[in-house]
Amino acid sequence: MSDQPVSSTMLDEWVNDSDVQRESTSLSDAWEMVIGLEVHAELATETKMFSPAVNQFGSAPNTNVHPVCLGLPGTLPVVNGKAVELSIRLGLALNCTVQRCIFARKNYFYPDMPKDYQISQYDRPLNINGWLELPSGHRVRVERAHMEEDTGKSTHVGDSGRIHDAGYSLVDYNRAGVPLLEIVSHPDIRGPEEAKAYVAELQAILIATGVSDGKFEEGSLRVDANISVRPSGSTELRTRCEVKNVNSLRSLGRAILYEAQRHVNLYESGERPRQETRHWDEEGGRTRPGRSKEQAEDYRYFADPDLVPVDPSPEWIEEIRASLPALPRERRAALIDAGGSAETAAIAVDRDLDGLALTAISLGADPVRSLTHIANNLAVEGAHELDAANFAELVKMETGGDLTATQAKTVLAEMLESGRAPLVIAADLGFEAMDTTELETLIDGIIADSPSEWDRFVNGDDKARAKMQGFFTGQVMKQTQGKADGKIVNQILQTRRNA
Amino acid sequence: MSEPLSRADVAKVASLAMLELTDEELETFTGQLAAVLEHAKDVEALDVGDVMPTHHPYPLVNVFRRDVVDTAAESMRDEALAAAPSVETNQFRVPPALGEEM
Amino acid sequence: MTDSGSRDSGSRDSSDTALSLAASVRSGERLASEVLEDYLEAIAGSEDEIHAFNTVLADEARAAAGEIDRRIAAGEDVGPLAGVPIAIKDNTCTRGIPTTCSSKMLEGWKPPYDATVIEKLAAAGTVMIGKTNLDEFAMGSSTENSAFGPTRNPHDLSLVPGGSSGGSAAAVAAGFAPLAIGSDTGGSIRQPAALCGVVGMKPSYGTVSRYGLIAFASSLDQIGPFTRTVADAAALYDAISGHDPRDSTSIPEPLAPVSPHLGDGVSGLRVGVITELMESGDLADGFEPEVLRQTRAAAEALAAAGAIVEDVSVPSTIYGLSAYYLIAPAEASSNLARYDGVRYGLRVDGAANTAGMMVASRTAGFGAEVKRRIMLGTYALSAGYYDAFYGKAQRVRTLIIDDFERAYQNFDVLLSPTSPCVAFPFGAKEDPLTMYLNDVATIPSNLAGHPAISVPFGIGRARLPVGVQVLAPMLEERRLIQVAAVLESVAHSNRSITEGSAA
Ligand SMILES: [Mg+2]
Ligand SMILES: [Zn+2]
Repeated sequence: MSDQPVSSTMLDEWVNDSDVQRESTSLSDAWEMVIGLEVHAELATETKMFSPAVNQFGSAPNTNVHPVCLGLPGTLPVVNGKAVELSIRLGLALNCTVQRCIFARKNYFYPDMPKDYQISQYDRPLNINGWLELPSGHRVRVERAHMEEDTGKSTHVGDSGRIHDAGYSLVDYNRAGVPLLEIVSHPDIRGPEEAKAYVAELQAILIATGVSDGKFEEGSLRVDANISVRPSGSTELRTRCEVKNVNSLRSLGRAILYEAQRHVNLYESGERPRQETRHWDEEGGRTRPGRSKEQAEDYRYFADPDLVPVDPSPEWIEEIRASLPALPRERRAALIDAGGSAETAAIAVDRDLDGLALTAISLGADPVRSLTHIANNLAVEGAHELDAANFAELVKMETGGDLTATQAKTVLAEMLESGRAPLVIAADLGFEAMDTTELETLIDGIIADSPSEWDRFVNGDDKARAKMQGFFTGQVMKQTQGKADGKIVNQILQTRRNA
Repeated sequence: MSEPLSRADVAKVASLAMLELTDEELETFTGQLAAVLEHAKDVEALDVGDVMPTHHPYPLVNVFRRDVVDTAAESMRDEALAAAPSVETNQFRVPPALGEEM
Repeated sequence: MTDSGSRDSGSRDSSDTALSLAASVRSGERLASEVLEDYLEAIAGSEDEIHAFNTVLADEARAAAGEIDRRIAAGEDVGPLAGVPIAIKDNTCTRGIPTTCSSKMLEGWKPPYDATVIEKLAAAGTVMIGKTNLDEFAMGSSTENSAFGPTRNPHDLSLVPGGSSGGSAAAVAAGFAPLAIGSDTGGSIRQPAALCGVVGMKPSYGTVSRYGLIAFASSLDQIGPFTRTVADAAALYDAISGHDPRDSTSIPEPLAPVSPHLGDGVSGLRVGVITELMESGDLADGFEPEVLRQTRAAAEALAAAGAIVEDVSVPSTIYGLSAYYLIAPAEASSNLARYDGVRYGLRVDGAANTAGMMVASRTAGFGAEVKRRIMLGTYALSAGYYDAFYGKAQRVRTLIIDDFERAYQNFDVLLSPTSPCVAFPFGAKEDPLTMYLNDVATIPSNLAGHPAISVPFGIGRARLPVGVQVLAPMLEERRLIQVAAVLESVAHSNRSITEGSAA
């Protein structure tokens, strides 16, 4: 970090700390972030966008290739109909208008690109004017979601991994021609948390609809962020920088904070950022200017004469719309209607356990307890195999006072193990609620054995009292092997204190 | 109407096209290309705003391929690599890249 | 050379059409191997002077002919063109066989796959005898742009054969093969056919698959036949046409064979002579009077055969040349970007980085005409000029199509000269624009995607062959064959006109 500009040294620490304790929204109130995201998602097809070669991650170099995706002279592209279907699928899930579209060539020289042009979409993309609703309810407008082909990958071989050192590069075209959707948002995003929520929601939709496997770690999902800042309250759009190479939600948050603060620092020191592409450096925790290109940027887009327009019929579009599964947003709403809280509903949908919750609730289980178990105790393998009726029964036993919270947790774990019914398990473990007289004598005994703690509980400040309440409850639980009901223990302690 | 083609235009176009021109070449090409563009002025002058462009002589739409792997291609892979100027560990070898990926 | 040309062709002219050869091979009357040896002998005789081929495939051809003979002996059906030698333009991919586009860029490159047309030709029983010379990447009208030296016109070695498919035209004219394949983007089949005195046809766009044809201008390129007779052209077109799922622009509807229409005649057929391309037409200044005279003679011959012949104006054709020289280079500039030294073809080593290697390789690998067109196209597409040039040119295309459609409301076919002039000396058209003007009569069909054919019809200046062009609406190849067959028989029966082409 020694080599970095003074202006950003402090910032880095701040970014990293704030990163450790969960990034809050960031800049001084004087400034507001304006963020638009471009997400590239690889489509879950068998073959590539225009070539009948395998679309598969992790194969040996240049094994998933075909004359077409190697761009060999004389070869011609033919559109993969499945890729179009999946693209329409996402467009509909993002509330886009699906329109007649054409493929255009984006011309620039690049060794990873076999034809030295990329087949993409330019002035007539497939999906336009959609929106994505975040769990917070905030809607981010989606400008377009267009089809294009991926590039290959080169690996630098040399003393360091740095792409601009001497040595040489090896090019693997397995990824060249893999179908991509580029999903472009409007600059409606105001901070790193919102950006992360947008990408997380988009990822959930891609996976739920089967459009993409959504794997950051395999590059199935890649995010570029267009970032600028402006004085809070103003509506101007200032110079933006595009930050590339952001490969996880965590990095996205960090990169946005870093870049936004960099802009603020420049403005506050009387300078201004220049429009450029920058790259996120994960280790350095900072963005670096991308090396300015050899070629002037003039992509000379024109309609690809080897391809014909895609003009989806209304019938086809409706057929695809009808086949869409319930989207995460709708699934969360269903849980909240059923009486769940926003957070636990989000977690349940995230874990794909909302079905379990809804069935249990329909069988009479308490929504809050059901979702609390799913949130706290079901982040485990096998949760999907859990029998909904048994789960409902467990929650009912707990809310009915037949099991304490701690016992319910133990039984649930055992249910996951053996798949047996909660009643059977509870009986085997000898769980049955204790009556309170037994509990009162036990507690009086503990009070007698620990006078100083009791004194602090009765006369201490709130902090001390809370601490001591923990102490006494702990003692009781120890002596009852957790069979006691925490709520009742608390009631008894309070009556003894007021006595 | 566009400006007449200049040496600078041709130099810029050459760099976009990844071609290197000697000064004489730049001179001759500028003259020759200017002559062709001069001839194209008739088209440039036409008012065809209301005419639809023709991208294809025989308009087709929705020409799709089934999402099925062409296994015949496997035999072609080695031939393709064998025809490359430089290969190492089944990859195409090139001098170190300048410019980050786009 | 005129004489040796006549020996080669003369000896077979009457009997040895592709169809008669195929018939004798299929009937077992002749062996494909014997037929092949005759043609290899002709090649041995004068290929050194003519240079029609980049590669002669004697061994491969002998193996293929032997296989045909074996299969016939085994009673198998080996296809309609069984055992007929065929020459293939060297911009058509042939698996394991060098495919160079007559460019240093692709010298020695062996494609790992066959073009669709090559598969169809094999299925039809033809025997590939060699890969023919062309203007580099099919950019030119004389084969002078070949990186491997020009092809000479069999009628006069001091003259060009036309281009860009000059090698294929010369191969058929010299009797090196009864059949040849060419590609036509702005006239590259029809113009050399005219200059070499053979039949050359550009089919409708989308009827013959472009898969494996190394692209020049994707929305204009079409593969088509060179033959000595109209009947052979029909047979070869029937063999190579048809839908190909590997080409998105390939026409999906089934195509009816055209050969059955050879004898249909022209009585009652309405023939329009394109005034822009005739005497005092806007496009005809610089046209040789003999060429115009033979075109008139052809029109009169058709009238005499019962056709209704009138003049017709197709006004937008005057913009064809300009539109073509914006559209074709624009597409070419993108199609030829892939030659960057990374995956195949020429690489110049020594550069410090990839970009430098690409520049060095492209600069060394491409000839002047290719560089000119790449730069012209890059300019036409570049920011600020797209609308003024490429965008406008695409709209002009629409105007030309509309004008043709108007003309075809009153006419079944149109007639014009194929080329403004007969074969010209090497170096006669140094200035690019002058060379481009050669294509003025052929370009409109490419822009419209319509079919057209060039038929030898008499002789012009210096007793050199003249070609007359017949144009038809989209997918009306049968009309071309109908009309061309009549012109062919008139040309043969009338000694005074045929001397040149029979030479
Ligand atoms: Mg993937
Ligand atoms: Zn993209």
